[in-house]
Amino acid sequence: MRQFFSFIKKEFYHIWRDKRTMFILLGMPVVQIVIFGFALTNEVKNAKIAILDNSKDAATTSLSAQLNASRYFDIEKNLVSYTQVEEEFKKGKIKLAVVFPQHFSEDLLHFNKAQVQLIADASDPNTANQLTNYATAIIMDYQNRITNERKLPYTINTEMRMLYNPQLKGAFNFVPGVMAMVLLLVCTMMTAITIVKEKEMGTMEVMLVSPMRPQMVVLAKAVPYLLLSTINIASILLLSRYVLEVPINGSLILLVFESILFTLVSLSLGLLISSMAGSQQAAMFISLIGMFLPTIMLSGFMFPVENMPLPLRIVSNIVPAKWYYNIVKSVMIKGVGLHVIWKETLILGGMMLFFLTLAIKRFKIRLA
Amino acid sequence: MSNGKVITAEQLTKRFGDFVAVDHISFDVMKGEIFGFLGANGAGKTTAMRMLCGLSLPTSGKATVAGFDVFKENEKIKKSIGYMSQKFSLYEDLTVKENMEFYGGIYHKSDKFIKEKTTFILNELHLTKEGNKLVKSLPLGWKQKLAFSVAIFHEPEIVFLDEPTGGVDPVTRREFWNMIYQAADRGITVFVTTHYMDEAEYCSRVSIMVDGRIEALDTPSQLKKTYEAASMDEVFLRLARKAVRAAD
Amino acid sequence: MDKTKEKVVAGVVVENIIKTYGKKKDMTALNDISFDVQKGELFGLIGPDGAGKTSLFRILTTLLLADSGKATVDGFDVVKDYKAIRKRVGYMPGRFSLYPDLSVEENLNFFATIFNTSIEENYDLVKDIYVQIEPFKKRKAGKLSGGMKQKLALSCALIHRPSVLFLDEPTTGVDAVSRKEFWEMLKGLKQQGITILVSTPYMDEARLCDRIALIQNGKILSINSPQGIVNDFSKPLWAVKSDRMLHLQNELQEKDFVENVYPFGEFHHVVMKNESGSEQLRNFITAHSSENAVLQQVKPDIEDCFIDLMKN
Repeated sequence: MRQFFSFIKKEFYHIWRDKRTMFILLGMPVVQIVIFGFALTNEVKNAKIAILDNSKDAATTSLSAQLNASRYFDIEKNLVSYTQVEEEFKKGKIKLAVVFPQHFSEDLLHFNKAQVQLIADASDPNTANQLTNYATAIIMDYQNRITNERKLPYTINTEMRMLYNPQLKGAFNFVPGVMAMVLLLVCTMMTAITIVKEKEMGTMEVMLVSPMRPQMVVLAKAVPYLLLSTINIASILLLSRYVLEVPINGSLILLVFESILFTLVSLSLGLLISSMAGSQQAAMFISLIGMFLPTIMLSGFMFPVENMPLPLRIVSNIVPAKWYYNIVKSVMIKGVGLHVIWKETLILGGMMLFFLTLAIKRFKIRLA
Repeated sequence: MSNGKVITAEQLTKRFGDFVAVDHISFDVMKGEIFGFLGANGAGKTTAMRMLCGLSLPTSGKATVAGFDVFKENEKIKKSIGYMSQKFSLYEDLTVKENMEFYGGIYHKSDKFIKEKTTFILNELHLTKEGNKLVKSLPLGWKQKLAFSVAIFHEPEIVFLDEPTGGVDPVTRREFWNMIYQAADRGITVFVTTHYMDEAEYCSRVSIMVDGRIEALDTPSQLKKTYEAASMDEVFLRLARKAVRAAD
Repeated sequence: MDKTKEKVVAGVVVENIIKTYGKKKDMTALNDISFDVQKGELFGLIGPDGAGKTSLFRILTTLLLADSGKATVDGFDVVKDYKAIRKRVGYMPGRFSLYPDLSVEENLNFFATIFNTSIEENYDLVKDIYVQIEPFKKRKAGKLSGGMKQKLALSCALIHRPSVLFLDEPTTGVDAVSRKEFWEMLKGLKQQGITILVSTPYMDEARLCDRIALIQNGKILSINSPQGIVNDFSKPLWAVKSDRMLHLQNELQEKDFVENVYPFGEFHHVVMKNESGSEQLRNFITAHSSENAVLQQVKPDIEDCFIDLMKN
């Protein structure tokens, strides 16, 4: 056991003394949370729009004012002719143009029917979609108010409730995703790299020709990263709770337990990669292509798994991050307990055992 | 390049902070000479060599290489010298010919020159059949000889060799030195470092660095006379043991 | 079953070891190698890079499996009893095998613990070496000079009092002074009864071993004591010198009484085909007296023997 602890101590020296590793290990989670939290949000705020008002009556003025007042839009320009619309889009200044035809108010009052044209820059389809939705909502709102005054016989009012995330905050979606990514980065990539580094330096040769059991060498390399991961789990949870204001609705203990389980899966994967890679570059390459890409693409964190074609949906099942992502979403956001996520937990546990056994079996007691 | 001097150094000094790596060294190297540059690990050999190759700016002093000032004209110096070290020599994943093409290209040689020179060298080394083989498939001794040919491919005035024969068998080592002699015969000045003391005997003149200074500089036979030693090995040990500087 | 006797006598036994690399097994690293090393012997494997020295050391330290053949270290089989061997050997690989970001002291401490011992326990063994680097014990290993790194690596390989010590090219890239000091240290260790196998490309180091094996292209050219190897060199050997060394060599190369001529320090060594050639050489040198040609008979060196064995 003394050998084991001595090895872990040495490993911590390596980590403390390498500023770059330290940054990746402890600074990265913070940076990722901040980037995702503030910069990469997909909510649209203060989008610049242009108004072409051919009517200039009470109704259009009032509607324009309401659009401008909402937090989604800022009126950048009032246009005078239709040809200007395209010009403005080409300049890239505006995201949406609202065109009121002539006699808007009269049409509305006399024929109970008036038209508004919404033109959006669909080179970014998601944003275009969102903007037209917001604009439509504001216009509907206005319509509702005037119809209420005039009492029409039949109306269906839809009332929406957004469960678990009433403000539709993006953070609710990406915090679980970032947790999966950070733990994977720290555990899989860093462990794989540090073991392969010893192979490259020639120190692994000396370790093998020592009485220390080869499996112990590998496990001792993994322990420091497990400890560092728990620090990361804590820092991500604190940041998301107090900076991004994402609530932790379920049991904190359960959340931490599940995170440690996922950490162990990632560590096992790191050990497995280290047994395959011959150089630090190879280890990094396998980690990035084999782990990060699937995590980003197939875990459901960026793109919903339900919308994928069947083969990809099947493949997504072997991505550990998918299960972890579901677990974190369920516990943190929905606040459910183990009785709901036992299946995911078992799958992660099984994956860990599988990868760990494979890694230890594959680890060679000799050089070739 | 007056009086056939191809390298001149006057009070050449390099400091790293408080540490004086090279301490006011002065020497000249003549055209066509094989100049042995010896010293223990950490004596300042590598630093001195880097300054002469235009890779590192001296702190003070004066030096010219091939007539160019090491302070101001290091780009011109680089065009007039060749360099070969034990570690970096050739690209293992390129063929012999591709390596030569590459180095010829680096020194702006014409296609015709490269082609003729390549054929000439391959003939000389009896490697005509191996021209299209990957360098990594060749035995170490051949690689070493090839690396030297590539270092003087562009017919530089001076070639710097940093421990060129490390780990090479005694026969190849001698074949290598034959190539050095031939190059020197053609007028290429050879500036060489080595840990093999018998190789020091092959040099026209030898300098021995101790603690950043040149402690001795003469022909091997004169050095042996001065220090009343039977071999260069003895001369070197006597001088190098005086070192007080422990580490790099 | 003569196992007990074997244990007493032999430190290392190598029998018909073959090792090849490559998918088609077409690169032969070791070609049917056999030799043994007595307990407490200082045994040198002398040969250039690529001769197979490292492969052999890796097989003996249980890091590689041979294709065929058998080997024991301290009486233990390198395949079956690899765990026992790993407990009792010290190994210094050719590459710098310390942790550059750990200090001198931390490195030594770490290796001591890995081998289930402590610096204090075996301090007497490493003391002579360690005192030389102790003033720098807080310095990072990566910042040491070549000679110091080598001393630290040796201390680390010795800290668990191994019975057999494998040193793979410990003096490569190290200057002549440090090399001398290193061999002094090995002599000291031999006094302690440790069996030492050391490999080196430097022929001049061969003299310092009890026995040596000259190795080239995976084959052992000769095994004997350094003196024995030199005694086997039966052809007449002369050293010649003149003002035109390159010319002298080229001319002698053409002579039919000369078997081989090659530079050797300030002289050229000339190997004769037989005794009668010596007379012809003397005449040749006299004819070149205007070029200050000098001739003297010399005793062969290990390097002469190696060149001769390589040629044949």
